[in-house]
Formats: sequence, structure tokens, C-alpha cells
Amino acid sequence: MNRSRANALLFWGSFCTCYLLQLMPLPQVLLPFKPYWLALLVIYWALEAPERMGLGLAFALGLVGDAITGELLGEQALRLCILCFIILRFRSRLRFFPMWQQALAVLALLANDRIVLLMIRACAGEAPPPAAFWISPVTGMLAWPWVFLLIDDLRARVRVHES
Amino acid sequence: MAITTNDTTTPLFAPGASSTLRLIGYLALGIVLMVADHRAGYLERVRWSLSLAIEPLYRLAAAPARFANEARLALADREQLTERNAELSRELMLAQARLTRLTSVYEQNQRLKELLDVQRSIGVGVQLARIIDVDTDPFRHRVLLNVGSNQGVKVGQAVIDATGIMGQVVDVLPNTATVMLITDPAHALPVMIERTGVRTIARGGGALDTLELPHVPVSADIKVGDRLITSGLGGHFPAGFPVGEVRSIKIDITGMFAAAAATPSAALDRSGEVLLLHELTDPVGPPAPVPVSGPPAPEAAEKPAKAKP
Repeated sequence: MNRSRANALLFWGSFCTCYLLQLMPLPQVLLPFKPYWLALLVIYWALEAPERMGLGLAFALGLVGDAITGELLGEQALRLCILCFIILRFRSRLRFFPMWQQALAVLALLANDRIVLLMIRACAGEAPPPAAFWISPVTGMLAWPWVFLLIDDLRARVRVHES
Repeated sequence: MAITTNDTTTPLFAPGASSTLRLIGYLALGIVLMVADHRAGYLERVRWSLSLAIEPLYRLAAAPARFANEARLALADREQLTERNAELSRELMLAQARLTRLTSVYEQNQRLKELLDVQRSIGVGVQLARIIDVDTDPFRHRVLLNVGSNQGVKVGQAVIDATGIMGQVVDVLPNTATVMLITDPAHALPVMIERTGVRTIARGGGALDTLELPHVPVSADIKVGDRLITSGLGGHFPAGFPVGEVRSIKIDITGMFAAAAATPSAALDRSGEVLLLHELTDPVGPPAPVPVSGPPAPEAAEKPAKAKP
């Protein structure tokens, strides 16, 4: 009981932190380097706790993200939904990849996410973005191992504390 | 406690096998939302209504950056601060120098305007000149002007400034002229008391702020504060220019005359621009001295006599 509550706290706390990170103001130069934290978290929880992370939750998280930062209501919801679906499909394989392969897979996922975003923007009639648009997936890939290890460590602590 | 998943709590959104159908459903929902938002701008309204909840979130998100900024300010390098201080004081010095210069230019402009006014009002031909040198001998009040015979200056011309008579030209060189100020001990000019018309002579007092009126009859109507103007007698100075103001009156040692002191109205101790009055076309004053009649003086007679043969 207690443990599940701690787990839930970790789960929702991670998303709150992630929204804050997404909102955090950065110098103009660093802005393109900001990884899409929300996607990283969705990937993590879909990989590690699929019983919590479903398509519906991804959609809802995306809607909240849109309300906080977005330009178009439903844009992030759609992107996260697609992301979550792919992860859940290939979960059994991705889970047992070594870290570097996982990071590459994350890069591919984030790049795919960017392509989806590009398509949405194009449909909305916006101009094609500059080259810096493609930096974010790379920093997301570089950030992935740390996000993974950090949350894994926190979960392990919760588990040890309980037993 | 086993490590197996604890299913006592039901997750918020039922997970289970993700089916393609559900994905398509969500995608459709997302697209409908986006289109609707793109058309009608719902997001703005949603954010507007949520702003109360989102505002603290923004604050919280901005907090680290603000803290970092403040920490940087607080821990700013001492050396850097010193350098900045030095730079700023240097700039301040430059700015002040520029400001002083501007002030002096402003004052010069004022003076020139006043002179221009005088030039218009007196209707006499005048020439603008600048004082370029001052005689440092305390007993000789002379100044040097930057105009000379090449510019048409002649000995005897009166020099005035915006407030009164300054002196007269005593020496002319091709490009400079020497002016004897009215306060020079060797200078005297005929004046008149404006209030009563009493005529007298104002002599230089040897100090730049003093004119002496040594020969005023004791019975004459003269008071402290009377204004002195040129009387026009003697022909050097045009009549009616302010000369000074009576400062003090006392009886001289003999008891026969009142010795008055006056303050010159011209700013004699300032350097700057002055006006040279052109020689009056119709000199006011006594007629030119009649040539001496009768037998010439011996040495004067001898010279023509020698020249003739």
C-alpha cells in the first residue's frame, strides 16, 4: 500500500518536474538544445511500467503540455500518443537492448516525433523550421541514459526502503 | 512483499494491450482538436482560464534562472567590479569635460548675442574683436585685440562691450591693436552724471574695479548709486554710453572737492569679445585747435628754411 503510494508519487512527481523543466527559461542560444523532456519520460514509463502508461494517459499528458507550453491544442497529445504506441508495440525488444542501443532507439523515436511535428506544422501552414530544429532529438538521446539511470535509481530506492 | 506488480490500485487509464484501433481513435481525436483549435483558437481560451493555475508554474520554472542571475551578481568578481568602476569614472571625466566645454560655448553664445543687440541698438558702425592678450603689469591696464590696421583699426577708436565703455585704442599694429582700459591710471574720460547732468572727469584708479572722480565740486549734486555716462566731450567717445556707477563719496584732503569712486559698468576683467566703434563721421566736441599764429618757434622755423634752398 505504502509502496504503491510512493511509486505513484514518483510517477506523478516525475511528470511535474518534467513540465517545469520544459518551461524553464533558457538563453536564446541554448533553446534549440532543450530536449523534449516529456517524450523522454513517456518513453521511460512506457518501457518500465506499461500498466500505468497507456495511450490515454499519454494523450492526457500531451493535452496538459499543450495547455502549458503548446501552440496548438492537441499537438503534443498526438505526438505523445504516437510515441507511446510505438514503444508499447516494441517494448519487449527495446527493454533488453543495451544502453547505447536504447539511446539510439530513443534518437530514432525523437526524430520520428520531430517529423510528425513537422507534418503538423506544415498542415497548419507554417514555414519550414531552421536546421536547429533537428538538434533537440540528439540532446534528447544524450540525456536519455541519465534520465533512465536517475529514475531507475529512485525506483530501486523506493523498493529497498519498502522491503 | 513480492516484487510482482501490485494490482490493488487500478491505474487511471486502463492499459492492457495497445490496439491499433485505439491509436487510430486517439489520433482522430487529436486531429479534430487541432483543427478546431486552429480554426477557433480554443487553446488561447483554455490557457486564459488556466492562467491562474499556470502562472505559479511559470514562476517556479523561472526560479532557477533568476537565482543563478542573482548569484552571479552577488559573487561578481572584485577585479571585474574595479575595472568597471575605473571605466565608468573615466567616462564620467570625459563627459564632464564635454559638459564644461558646452557650458563655456553657451556663455560665449550669450555674450555674442548681447553684443549683437548692442550693435543693433546703437546704430553706429562697429567691428567685432576678440581680446587675445592681457598686459600683466598691474599698473598698466591694457589688452590686446586680434584686429589691427589691416582690418581698418585706427588709434583713438572707442572700445565697448555689452554693458559699457571699456577703453580706447592706443596703439595699432598690422594685425593687432592695444587698448587702454578706462581704469588705467593714465586714462581719463569726460563723463556726465546721468541724473543731474553734472560734468566731470573719470580717471583710472589703478584697480580694475575702480574709477576715480577727483574733481567733483563739494556742492555738486552727486549720490551713491548715480550712473555715469559719457558726455561726448572731447570727441573720442560718443555721448550716452554707460561708464560706471558711483560707489562712494568722500571729501578729499583739501576739503575743496568731493572725491568719488565709481565701479565701471563694463566687464573689464573678463576676456571675450568686444566692439570697436568706428570713428564718428561728425565728431562731437570742441572744434579742432586753431593753428598757432604769430612767429614760429625758432627750431620749427629753421627746418623749412634749410629745406627750401
